Amino acid sequence: MAARRVLPGFGLSLGLTVLYLGLVVLVPLSTLALTAAGLSWDQLWAAAAPRALAAYRLSLGCAFGAALLNAGAGLLVAWVLVRYPFPGRRLVDALVDLPFALPTAVAGITLAALYSENGWVGARLAALGLKVAYTPLGIVVALTFVGLPFVVRTVQPVLEELDPEAEDAACSLGATRSQTFFKVLLPELRPALLTGFTLAFARGLGEYGSVIFIAGNMPLKTEIAPLLIMIKLEQYDVAGATAVALVFLLASFSLLFGLHLLQGRGARAAAPRRLPREDAA
Amino acid sequence: MSRHRLVRVALTAAALAFLGLFLALPLAAVFAKALERGAGAYADALRDPDARAAVRLTLATAAVAVPLNTLFGLCAAWAAAKFEFRGKRLLMTCMDLPFSVSPVVSGLLFVLLFGARGLFGPYLAAHGVKVLYAFPAIVLATLFVTVPFVARELIPLMEAQGTEEEEAAVTLGASGWQTLWRVTLPNVKWGLLYGVILCNARAMGEFGAVSVVSGHIRGQTTTLPLHVEILYNEYQPVAAFAAASLLALLALVTLALKALVEWKSGETARATRRPA
Repeated sequence: MAARRVLPGFGLSLGLTVLYLGLVVLVPLSTLALTAAGLSWDQLWAAAAPRALAAYRLSLGCAFGAALLNAGAGLLVAWVLVRYPFPGRRLVDALVDLPFALPTAVAGITLAALYSENGWVGARLAALGLKVAYTPLGIVVALTFVGLPFVVRTVQPVLEELDPEAEDAACSLGATRSQTFFKVLLPELRPALLTGFTLAFARGLGEYGSVIFIAGNMPLKTEIAPLLIMIKLEQYDVAGATAVALVFLLASFSLLFGLHLLQGRGARAAAPRRLPREDAA
Repeated sequence: MSRHRLVRVALTAAALAFLGLFLALPLAAVFAKALERGAGAYADALRDPDARAAVRLTLATAAVAVPLNTLFGLCAAWAAAKFEFRGKRLLMTCMDLPFSVSPVVSGLLFVLLFGARGLFGPYLAAHGVKVLYAFPAIVLATLFVTVPFVARELIPLMEAQGTEEEEAAVTLGASGWQTLWRVTLPNVKWGLLYGVILCNARAMGEFGAVSVVSGHIRGQTTTLPLHVEILYNEYQPVAAFAAASLLALLALVTLALKALVEWKSGETARATRRPA
């Protein structure tokens, strides 16, 4: 730690970094805690109203469902991209990042238009008796769009480093396809899958732009927590918005922290077997 | 063997079908909806003065936020990747905080700071400075949301490259700035470019946080994503999707640049590895 520093600029760069982070990130964030501390019990109680509780439940449930769906679909996409070369693969690979690059409002209005009852997809699903837009299912669709690249981009590099020979060995020793998948592949991929799941889940919890257009926004039914904060702000109920934001933030932070701990255990178990990226390339 | 092929074709088809339904179809739908009433209606929607004002505001916001966060990213990466110090992990966690805060909550923070009953609200009002529901708050919210992008891209890259080259430069008499400019930056230029591209895409596309602090004053404080929302809620789908198509084009350019950066950085990585 106390090693001599040959390179210059440590004090300057660290000082500026801390100053900037303090001004842009930490001062605003601590304002939330400061404001919340000044709220009365009645004002804080607004965060436990039935409408707020329904919003937390909906946000958590839909983000969880979408992240789960993404864990499966993302694994499939990563697997196909890494193991099965096909014409146009590079184009498809580039397309996976679309949700990172496309503004959420654009995704929101487009998904709403596609999945509403007279939209391209919505009309076909309606014929099957399935209503997506303006139901919780629509929220899951939007969050699936937003979260997909997180899973693909965390699983893909790990898959690239995995040697197919281990699977071949398992096969030739008489393992069935599903045994090979569950006993050989999945243990290697689990930490990356969990990381991708957590990232997608975290993003889904707070997501706003892509959801509000497709959700229908009915209080108690299809109103997500970030929207409730927005509505309270529009009604000039800053205290109520702060209370809901604080509860929602604490709930999601503790959930993510829990997942993080789970992940740390998995990563330590898998760490010795994984090669550094440069050597593997 | 034929069974193996069957599985392979089935899995590839399933993956492509999923991506087609969830990614390609929405992307195509933006442009299809924008051009639904022909090129004339499309051009009219983009020629609208409010649309132009929204484009200008979006560009101005990015023009302030992206360079600032790029400088921050370089600074943070120099400190975090080239030196060991206590509290580094805490610093990195703080840097990532905006990623785990909902955009709406991010916006709320600035209402709490600059709103009428906020921390600095009364002071600012007394001095006639308008921050909330004006350009400064839009920039601040955008800065908050896009803080981590450049730093996160640079730190692992600069850590992987170690400090040997920089130490050699300094030992040979180069100043700190010369070392940064001639040694470090050329080594990380593609990663830096990628971070800047992502930061820019998010800065121009940010919706939730900006929506809270903008006040939605038409032609004045509506960025392009907010303009899209207003038109969509007013049942003007063609105009809404025309404005949205500009943002979708931005996304396509971002993806293309990303592919280029990956290709280029792969190329330099191969070139530097060969002589060893």
